[in-house]
Amino acid sequence: MSQTAAKPGKRLGIKERYAMMTRGLGWETTYQSMDDVFPFDKFEGIKIHDWDKWEDPFRLTMDAYWKFQGEKEKKLYAIIDAFQQNQGQFNISDPRYLNTLKLFLTGVSPLEYAAHRGYAMAGRSFRGVGARVAAQMQSIDELRHAQTQIHTISHFNKYFDGLHDPQYMHDRVWYLSVPKSYFEDAMTAGPFEFVTAISFSFEYVLTNLLFMPFMSGAAFNGDMATVTFGFSAQSDESRHMTLGLEVVKFMLEQDPDNVPIIQKWVDKWFWRGYRLLTLVSMMMDYMLPKRVMSWSEAWEMYFEQNGGALFEDLARYGIRLPKYHEVAKAEKGHLSHIAWATFNNYGHAADFNSWVPQPDELDWLSQKYPDTFDAVYRPRFEWLAAYEKEHGKMWRNDTLPLLCQVCQVPCIFTEVSDPTRISLRETSYHGMKYHCCSDGCMDIFKDEPEKYVQAWMPVHQIYQGNCFPEGTDPTVPGFNPLAAVLDYYHMKPGADSGDFNTSPDRHNWERWTGQDLTPPAAEPKAA
Amino acid sequence: MSSNAPTAPAAGASRQPVFISLQTNDISRGIVDAIVADNPEATVSEYPAMVKIDAPGRLVIRRESVEERLGRRWDVQELHLSLISLSGNIDETDEEFTLQWGARR
Repeated sequence: MSQTAAKPGKRLGIKERYAMMTRGLGWETTYQSMDDVFPFDKFEGIKIHDWDKWEDPFRLTMDAYWKFQGEKEKKLYAIIDAFQQNQGQFNISDPRYLNTLKLFLTGVSPLEYAAHRGYAMAGRSFRGVGARVAAQMQSIDELRHAQTQIHTISHFNKYFDGLHDPQYMHDRVWYLSVPKSYFEDAMTAGPFEFVTAISFSFEYVLTNLLFMPFMSGAAFNGDMATVTFGFSAQSDESRHMTLGLEVVKFMLEQDPDNVPIIQKWVDKWFWRGYRLLTLVSMMMDYMLPKRVMSWSEAWEMYFEQNGGALFEDLARYGIRLPKYHEVAKAEKGHLSHIAWATFNNYGHAADFNSWVPQPDELDWLSQKYPDTFDAVYRPRFEWLAAYEKEHGKMWRNDTLPLLCQVCQVPCIFTEVSDPTRISLRETSYHGMKYHCCSDGCMDIFKDEPEKYVQAWMPVHQIYQGNCFPEGTDPTVPGFNPLAAVLDYYHMKPGADSGDFNTSPDRHNWERWTGQDLTPPAAEPKAA
Repeated sequence: MSSNAPTAPAAGASRQPVFISLQTNDISRGIVDAIVADNPEATVSEYPAMVKIDAPGRLVIRRESVEERLGRRWDVQELHLSLISLSGNIDETDEEFTLQWGARR
């Protein structure tokens, strides 16, 4: 470029700027071989012939990235500040809402940090510069999400139970092993599988179901702190989703041999992600006091319609809809009810409070699920409500469930053909028996058994005595294993866990706001 | 409509839906108005705190149309400040932001 030009040249267009700021940053190594410098991007079998064919459609360069992310941060923290100054935590619809938030913040925030680590590793592994820059930006984004969520946690933590130790619990609490195992499975794969798992299958195909109706639900329930970090994070997700779609299309265009490998990953990570969303289905249908849409409606909108369009587009590469998508479709009228019933069983060991749905909520579910709710699920919740009324506390299950060896969700799902029969699959590997919740998880197990036999299964670990505080003697008379496990989890029974109706959160809420939260009585049934 | 109005999609192009969703705020209201004006087939659905816009096959956001509504200069990349989610293949230039299905151009 000339240093002596009389007037500045024409400003570069976005495409030229992007090329200058990315491709120009890479070089071919000389005194070490490229294969030694990038040892991890070939062993998965993915063949890349020309990394320059990689496109990042957002064309965001680092300078623009800092500018826009800085603005997003300013907006986000302005709203969080206003929320705190206004005591916004007391303007939410109903304190039961907070339990949705506890599940989100303890289940998802540690995943943001895991994603940050994963993208730092993936970014280091790609020898193409465009992919490396995109992965690096995503790594920074994910760290930002973890930070903004922790800042939100710290405000709610001053007033409510259950938010004091999410990172510690992530590695120990039984149901948190579900999201944890998804990310750790991905991080222990190669870089291409990692990006397919997280940016494509999780972010492109499935996060709309997590962030859009749930965050919109947070706004509807008056939680502006959460909706703001949620949407601020999700605007980064738009770039991540684009990275995911782009990496998949790039691999498919580079070599036809890549197609079957990618199809297998799409099948695997769709199913794993769908199982993880079980938690989201019950958040939407049972845990948001003011509901935006049902799980079933969200699944139709975001997976069947929008996901269907995506897979029709990918058909030109020979990619079809993920295996068992028809099972997910058949389960959409069942998933949330099965999940919430499970937390009604085990809510005394969860890091949030649970409750039996109130009569008007049962009616909403009947209306949203006319084919399944009254026939299969309403009688169970009415039985639970009657039990609670009679005993002054919820019915709880003191034995532990069998977990699926792959998704780590308890084996609670039912056969698509018979909603009264548990779907359980069993196999043997090297003389040991392993169980899965579905054909989808069993296929994944059988494809890589040597990986999944190593899974740290919380229930098995509890029964083996590995989840008690150090120095615990389980042989002393009157030993209470559940109390010891909750102690190991850093949970205070009855406060962090247990029934909402007898919780300190409810008691404090009534004291602080003067509201009476006694549930409305059921209308007597017409004779 | 000005001379750089979006070109019609090729005959036989996919009509599968693309979508974009934005936070509801003053700036996104201008963007949504511009989208509705430039994409006659777009449908707008409002939810608490967000708006989702679906269109069959293709959806264009034009810098000029947004600037007319905001009454100021608007960089297409400012979209990141309001964006929540999207679906479709992206083509972004200094002038417009396009979502569509089908092979790259």
